[in-house]
Amino acid sequence: MPEAWVRIRGLRFTRGEQVIFDGIDMDIPRGLLTAIMGPSGTGKTTLLRLIGGQLRADAGSVEVAGQNVAALRSVELYRLRKRMGMLFQNGALLTDLSVFENVAFPLREHTRLPERMIRDLVLMKLHVVGLRGARELMPAQLSGGMARRVALARAIALDPQMVLFDEPFTGQDPISLGVLVGLLRSLTDALSLTSVVVSHDVQESLSIADYVYVISEGRVVEHGTPEALRRSTSPWVQQFLQGQSDGPVPFHYPAPDYRTDLLADGP
Amino acid sequence: MMQSRSVQIWVGLFVIAGMAALLMLAMKVSNIRAFSGENGYAISANFENIGSLKVRSPVTIAGVVVGRVSKIGFDSEIYEAVVTMNIDPRYDNLPEDTSASIFTSGLLGEQYIGLEAGGAESYLHDGDRIQLTQSAIVLEQLIGQFLVSQADK
Amino acid sequence: MMGLLQRLGATTLGVTERIGRGHLFLLHVLGGFPGLLPRFGLVMKQIYASGVLSLLIIAVSGLFVGMVLALQGYNTLVDFGATESLGVVVSLSLVRELGPVVGALLFAGRAGSALTAEIGLMKATEQLSAMEMMAVDPLHRVVAPRLLGGIIAMPLLAAIFSAVGIIGGYFVAVGLLGVDEGAFWSQMQAKVDLFDDVANGVIKSVVFGFVVTWIAVFEGYDAVPTSEGVSRATTRTVVHASLAVLGLDFILTALMFGDD
Ligand SMILES: Nc1ncnc2c1ncn2[C@@H]1O[C@H](COP(=O)(O)OP(=O)(O)O)[C@@H](O)[C@H]1O
Ligand SMILES: [Mg+2]
Repeated sequence: MPEAWVRIRGLRFTRGEQVIFDGIDMDIPRGLLTAIMGPSGTGKTTLLRLIGGQLRADAGSVEVAGQNVAALRSVELYRLRKRMGMLFQNGALLTDLSVFENVAFPLREHTRLPERMIRDLVLMKLHVVGLRGARELMPAQLSGGMARRVALARAIALDPQMVLFDEPFTGQDPISLGVLVGLLRSLTDALSLTSVVVSHDVQESLSIADYVYVISEGRVVEHGTPEALRRSTSPWVQQFLQGQSDGPVPFHYPAPDYRTDLLADGP
Repeated sequence: MMQSRSVQIWVGLFVIAGMAALLMLAMKVSNIRAFSGENGYAISANFENIGSLKVRSPVTIAGVVVGRVSKIGFDSEIYEAVVTMNIDPRYDNLPEDTSASIFTSGLLGEQYIGLEAGGAESYLHDGDRIQLTQSAIVLEQLIGQFLVSQADK
Repeated sequence: MMGLLQRLGATTLGVTERIGRGHLFLLHVLGGFPGLLPRFGLVMKQIYASGVLSLLIIAVSGLFVGMVLALQGYNTLVDFGATESLGVVVSLSLVRELGPVVGALLFAGRAGSALTAEIGLMKATEQLSAMEMMAVDPLHRVVAPRLLGGIIAMPLLAAIFSAVGIIGGYFVAVGLLGVDEGAFWSQMQAKVDLFDDVANGVIKSVVFGFVVTWIAVFEGYDAVPTSEGVSRATTRTVVHASLAVLGLDFILTALMFGDD
C-alpha cells in the first residue's frame, strides 16, 4: 500500500460530555480512494473537520502530508488547505454568488489568472459535473443534489492533492449517482488524487473504494479492502453492510426503556 | 459581474449625494467663508469685568464681524481680565486709539466685543493692546446701583 | 442568595468574555483592511448594501424630523418673539445631535440587523466554514469589507439626514409659518460653526458607523448557527447598537461641547 497521506493516531475528541472519538488510528493512503463509513451521528463529518484543522483533538494527533495539523500556525494551515478540497455535506455554496462565481471563487482568491482562463477552468469543472448549462443560476435555484455537484466542482477547482467528500451521494437521482460514482473513481485515478469519501451508502462506497474504514461509537470497528470487508465475520460489519435493523448496532439513540418512558412525566 | 455596474453607479450617486449634503452643511448652514481665526493677527484688551464673554465670541466694528475672541485670561497683578482677540487680516487698518466695549445682543442675548475706530494715524499690529475699554454691563450691578440711588434720595 | 450571587458572577464573566472576544475579533478584522485596497469592489458592494439601501428611510425620516423640529421650535420661540432663530434651532439640533444619532439608530435597524442576519446565516449554512476550508479567511473576505462599508456609509447618511432635515425645516418655517427667509438662513450661518458643530457631527457619525457595524458583524459571526440563534442575534444587534449609540453620544457630546 502507498504511504499514508493522512495519519491519525490515538485521536480522542469530545463535545462536552459526549465522547465522539475514543482513540482512533487511521492511515489514509496517498493517491487512492478511501471510504469512511458509519451510521449517521457517529462523527464522520467531525472527523473531516479534524483533518481539515477546523477542530482540535483533545488527545492524539492528525498528520496531513507529514504536518501535525493542530500544531500549524494559521498561515501554514491555510497553505495546507490550498492543497485540500472539501465537499460539504450540504454543499455550503456562497449564496450571494452565481454557480459560475462559486466555482471561480477559489481561483479568484488564490490565483491571478486572466479572466479568460478562469472562465475556461470554471466551465471545464462545471462540465465534469454536468452543470455547465447552469452557470448563471443562483444557489437558491438549485436542488440539493445539484448544489452538491456544484460544490464538488468548486472543491476541485484548484486541482488539489486531496479532496474530502462529505456524503457526496445523498440526494442524487440514479443517473447522477452513477455518473458521480464513476467521476470520483476517475478523478482519483486520473489526477492521482487522494480521496476520502465519507458515506453511509454501503453499496456505492464499497463499489468504488480502494480501502474502507468502518467507525462506530468512537472507534474503528473494521478496516480493509472492500473484498476483505465483505468477508468479515464481525456481526457488526455484517449488520451495517446488509442494513439489518436487528444486531449490535442500535438504531435508537441511547434512551431509557420505551415503556417506562411513555408512562413517565416530563418532556 | 453583471449587476456590479449598476452597483457602482448607485454607490457613485450615493457618495455624490452625501458629499453634496456635507457641502450644504459647510457652505449654506455654517459659514465656511466666515473668518475662522486661524491666520489673523492678535490684539488684546483689559477689562474690569467681561460678564459672560466666551472664547469664540464675535468681535465687531459697526456691527460687522471682524474677528473672534481667542483667549480669555486674568492678570493677577491688576485684577483685570485680559481678552485676546484674533482679527481678520483683511482689517489691518484699525487705528491705535480704537476702543473696545462689551455689549449684549438683545436684552438677554450673548455678549460680544464692539470696537470703535479712533482717529490715530498709525494702526494696531499683532500683539498690540487696546487702551480704551468699557466693561460689560452687568444687569445685577445696574439694578443694585439703581436701588442704592433710590435709597439715597 | 448564593444562587443569585453565583448568577451575577457568571453573567459578569460571560459579558467580560464576550467583550474580550469582540475586541480580538475586531483586531483580526482590521488586519484585513489593507488587503481591501486592491479589491475595492468588495467594499463598494457593501456601501451599496448598507448605504444606498438605507437611503430612502434616512431621507424620509430626516425630512419629517426637520419639519417637526421647525413646528415645535416655532411654538416655543414665538413666545419670545425670536422666530428668526428657528433656522438656528433646527440646524443645530440636526447637525449636532439628531443627524448622527437618529441616523445611526435607523442605520442599526436597517443595515445593522441585515448584516447580522446575513453573516449569521452564512455561518449557519456553513458558508464561512467552507471559506476557511478553501483557505480564505472569512474575517478578511466577508467581515472586513462590511465593516469598512459601514464606516464609509454612515457619515454620508447622517449628512444627508441633516441636510434633508434642514430643507424640511426650511419649507415649514418659511413656507408654512411665514418666518423671514433671509433671517432663517443668515441666523443659521451666524450661529452654526463649521468646526464646532458640523465637523463634530461628522466625527460622531463616523464613530457611530464604526460601532454599529462592528456590533452587527460581531453578533452575526458569534451567533448560534440556527434560525433561532440568528434571530436572537439580530435582535441583540439592534438593542446593543442603539444603546451603544446613545451612551457614546453622551460621552462624545460631553467631550466636544462640554468645555465652553
Ligand atoms: N456543533 C455541535 N455541537 C455539539 N454537538 C455536535 C455538533 N456537531 C455535531 N455534534 C454531535 O457530534 C456527533 C457527530 O456529528 P457528525 O460528525 O455530524 O456525525 P455524522 O457526520 O457522522 O452524521 C453527533 O452526535 C452530534 O450530535
Ligand atoms: Mg455528517
